[in-house]
Amino acid sequence: MDTLRTVWETFFDASAMREALPDMLTIGLRNTLVLALASAALGTGLGLVLATAGLARTRWLRWPARLYTDVFRGLPVAVTILLVGVGLAPVGLALWGPNPYPLGILALGLVAAAYMGEIFRSGIQSVEGGQLEASRALGFSHWQAMRLVIVPQGVRRVLPAWVNQLIALVKDSSLVYFLGLLASQRELFRIGQDYAANTGNASALVLAGLVYLAITVPLTHVVNAVDRRLREGRPTDGAPEDADLDPYPSSPLTAAATGAAR
Amino acid sequence: MTPSLLAASAGPTSVSLKDVHVSFGRNHVLRGLTLDVAAGTTTCVIGPSGSGKSTALRVVNRLLEPTSGDVLLGGRSVLDDDPDRLRQHIGMVFQQFNLFPHRTVLDNVTLALRHLRGLGRDEAEQVALAQLDAVGLRHKASSRPGRLSGGQQQRVAIARALALQPRVMLFDEATSALDPELVKGVLSLMADLASGGMTMLVVTHEMGFAREVADDVAFLDEGVVVEHGRPAALFGDPQTERLRRFLSRVL
Repeated sequence: MDTLRTVWETFFDASAMREALPDMLTIGLRNTLVLALASAALGTGLGLVLATAGLARTRWLRWPARLYTDVFRGLPVAVTILLVGVGLAPVGLALWGPNPYPLGILALGLVAAAYMGEIFRSGIQSVEGGQLEASRALGFSHWQAMRLVIVPQGVRRVLPAWVNQLIALVKDSSLVYFLGLLASQRELFRIGQDYAANTGNASALVLAGLVYLAITVPLTHVVNAVDRRLREGRPTDGAPEDADLDPYPSSPLTAAATGAAR
Repeated sequence: MTPSLLAASAGPTSVSLKDVHVSFGRNHVLRGLTLDVAAGTTTCVIGPSGSGKSTALRVVNRLLEPTSGDVLLGGRSVLDDDPDRLRQHIGMVFQQFNLFPHRTVLDNVTLALRHLRGLGRDEAEQVALAQLDAVGLRHKASSRPGRLSGGQQQRVAIARALALQPRVMLFDEATSALDPELVKGVLSLMADLASGGMTMLVVTHEMGFAREVADDVAFLDEGVVVEHGRPAALFGDPQTERLRRFLSRVL
């Protein structure tokens, strides 16, 4: 029984958790969210650029987008974070001082962009060709058509996959600890780890895990809800509210329709 | 209608295709197609599937570029024009409606007015609502296209094209995807438009419409106009074996 008790207290020591809780919530949670949201914004913006470049007609846009995606999807996130964080550290130091956050966000965002770019590309490609043709027929340029008609539809279709990427970012944000963080810069994982190292008790790490779950589990449910709405929200074929209760009158001539044409 | 819109439109104009060839690789779709539509008249294009009808339509607004030949609007070649600008003067209606499903009916109509004609939101909505009124769907302005019947969607698509005050309207099998009971409303609208003096090029399988509404009918087969004439003559007294065979199959 003693062994069980020891194991229990190693992971679920309430007083150890209580001790770590204030730092966890005031410093860790805030920093994790800052890292995840900022890199998500960067990844989304850059991902949209990559997606449209990847679908461009000229290979001089397609190939760089392809190469970028292959590289940043192919590298372990930890490697990218270290390469960017250490490699660009002198630049960062000159620009904003000894703060690893901008480079951490940059690295996370660059990786996220590779994934999000592929997600957006698949969504954009799923939009029926008739949409582009109709847009072009109205007189929109290729880029106007993409921006106003195609991309908004494509992105909507892949929102669930995009939220999944957001979840990945929340978790991957823990990796910026590689770059060395000041006490006030620590995110959830680092705070948990520090407490665990100091006390030899893993409860603070478990607490960090619980906070991660408190963020990610609701997000997965958001994914499911969005997914359901996208599928079920789509109106069923041939069943509009009032199939043709207001048919167009056969005659007389509608003056406005023809008048507008002149 | 706002003065700026009227100024942008010079009224219906003639359309001509002169000896147009279109090839996709080895597939020679149009093989010297010549077709004239006088200003303010309606020409129906009929013919078997694969005869190049839809291709011919897309050459007019240069969604497809001819391999050779010329496209004239009001007697002037448009092949050197900016295609985006050209298309603003040529309305097109598709078999599958192609309304933008992520936007409301009203936004479908205002989108081009705002982004291409530079109208403010209020002004664009006024124009769009008047146009929706003309096709009998003003009350659907705030609906998503997916909530409308096929016939209603196609009428919105027509309103969307008309809002830009085109000088020519192209119809690519506009009723082929509709349930039979919804076809009539769309055809009536097209007939009204034709009798209102719009220049129309109509690819259709609706022989009744071609007979009743068209000023001219062109029978296409294998990328050329095989026969061309008044509907009464064309349907009543076909000159070629190919047209006779086609009519016997569809009538």
